[in-house]
Amino acid sequence: MTDFVHPALLFILGALPIPFLNGSIRKAYLLLIPALAILAVLTIQPGSYGATQFIGQEILIAKVDKLSIVFATVFTIMALIGTVYALHLPRPGQHVAAFVYVGSALGVVFAGDYLTLYLFWEGMAFASAYLVFAQGGRQAIAAGFRYLMVHITGGVVLLGGVILHGLSTDSLLFGPIAGEMGVGAYLILAGFMLNAAVPPLNAWLTDAYPEATVTGAVFMSAFTTKTAVYVLARAFPGTELLVWLGTAMALYGVVYAVLENDCRRLLAYHIVSQVGYMVAGVGIGTEMAVNGATSHAFAHILYKALLFMGAGAVIYVTGRRKLTELGGLYKTMPVTVALYMVGAFAISAFPFFSGFVTKSMVVAAAGQDHRALVVLALTMASAGTFLHTGLKLPYYMFFGTDRKLEAREPPRNMLVAMGMAAVLCIAIGVVPQPLYALLPYPVDFEPYTGVHVTESLGVLMFTALGFVIFLRALDPENTISIDTDWFYRKGARVFMWIAGKPLTRYEKTVSDVSETAALPFLHGAARAGLWIDLAGVDAIVNGVARAILNGGGTLRRLQTGVVTHYALAMIAGVIAATVVFAVVWR
Amino acid sequence: MIKRVVDFFGDEEHANQRRRLFYLVLVLIVIADFLVHREHAEYLWDRLPGWSAVYGFLSCVLLIFVSKFLGHRAGLMRREDYYD
Repeated sequence: MTDFVHPALLFILGALPIPFLNGSIRKAYLLLIPALAILAVLTIQPGSYGATQFIGQEILIAKVDKLSIVFATVFTIMALIGTVYALHLPRPGQHVAAFVYVGSALGVVFAGDYLTLYLFWEGMAFASAYLVFAQGGRQAIAAGFRYLMVHITGGVVLLGGVILHGLSTDSLLFGPIAGEMGVGAYLILAGFMLNAAVPPLNAWLTDAYPEATVTGAVFMSAFTTKTAVYVLARAFPGTELLVWLGTAMALYGVVYAVLENDCRRLLAYHIVSQVGYMVAGVGIGTEMAVNGATSHAFAHILYKALLFMGAGAVIYVTGRRKLTELGGLYKTMPVTVALYMVGAFAISAFPFFSGFVTKSMVVAAAGQDHRALVVLALTMASAGTFLHTGLKLPYYMFFGTDRKLEAREPPRNMLVAMGMAAVLCIAIGVVPQPLYALLPYPVDFEPYTGVHVTESLGVLMFTALGFVIFLRALDPENTISIDTDWFYRKGARVFMWIAGKPLTRYEKTVSDVSETAALPFLHGAARAGLWIDLAGVDAIVNGVARAILNGGGTLRRLQTGVVTHYALAMIAGVIAATVVFAVVWR
Repeated sequence: MIKRVVDFFGDEEHANQRRRLFYLVLVLIVIADFLVHREHAEYLWDRLPGWSAVYGFLSCVLLIFVSKFLGHRAGLMRREDYYD
């Protein structure tokens, strides 16, 4: 392991000294670790590292190939950007959690076997949950618990799948699931899909992300779902089920985004939608589709973080998160508006922004694979994406009704982080070749053809026309939307009701019966037993004992030990015998 | 510079300019769609110039009204204290 420094180790061990550092030393240190990690990933060589044996199983701590390098590259870049965004935080807790979270995500990306993968998988769940709890308040803590519960359940399903799969294949090495899918493989798939937020396993995401801290949500938007896309691309490429679930996801998120009033929940629903493209790409499974899914994950991490940073800046400055309470901020926050819009253009796949060169690769791969329905559905979802993140959200957040909120630009480090992400969003869009060179398969795709540009602009700008015409229909409403978390939120209530009402009533009846009838009877019986014991059994036993004792005492008096007494007794005996003999004989 | 661009999109006084610019862009896009070279037409609609504009507009309208229907009529939208 001399020519390989595991970036996960850098982050996880690197998190340890953070609580002991202060001021600008801490800031410098916080930036140094991600910078070193980027360097480590840039110099990494493909190969296998850290092979060993554990409980009779082959363990491979790190397996480095092109697919894992792409994800590690964007993860470490994102860690740097997220750290810059969070640099103003006075307390170290969130920095530590974020580093452990990033480190665990990198651990998953390089994991060569299922045990290593599982350990880092759970590490991600716990570290990210901290970022929700750190927000404090009843709502955030409740959401944090739900988040943790869901991910622990998913982790158990994954572990069960790993064990079954390991038993049936005799190996825990992590790679494409070959041949017939068994129960174990399906459980692993379910565990992965839960983290990818594939409906109906998606509600944890839109439940928890808007409740996280401003800086924590930026990290969360980048890592959990994208590691899930990575493991799906690694283990399940070409799984037909994923094509349809992914396509449905892309539309699912967009539909919910129409209804959403919380700015970060709206963005969270667009994570569901965008990850849908990646899941569909993995499901199609051709080289171009996997390339598309991978590159889209790369671009998505950057622009989604930028959007979350923009919304976070508004929440940080105004303390409000509902679109019905926001508006008119463009005058006081022009730089934030501009940077947010870069992210919005990138997610909407405008030419010269990153989404254009990545999302279209997935759609083109679906076209090449002769899936007309998928192409149409994904194109419709693109329209929806621009409609919400590019038009509705910025309109109601920054323009629209002026609510006369007191606002200013956020702290400089937040703007710098947003600027870094914005530069990358544009750079990837203008010069996609370096990103294409990183992809797992050779790229044979040219995004900038005339027809592709005009078609994309046509879809997007005429979506804008629809927005302008039906603006009033889109006015945010002061509501929440029911999603699949209904089942466990209401389900938990039913459980608590069963525990509270029928079970307690049964328990009370049983204890009442025992108190009014059973206990007095038992008391009486015990008292009677005691009396019989004392007056009957004890009296007899004591009487016998006393009689024996007295008899013994009397007998003892006869044993005087004086020879003359014994002689006297013998003489008396002889006389008595003679008398008896004489009388009876006669 | 950034402030001026952002103000252009926000200030009421530029509303007419904005509208004119927007419609001009729409027209230019449709015209350009007729001019571009189409060689890799996979599906029928790929050969129709202006299709993407129609499809984009229809998608937008469909998404808005289907979602609002689901929200209001199918009961997806609830009061904020629904879970309390």
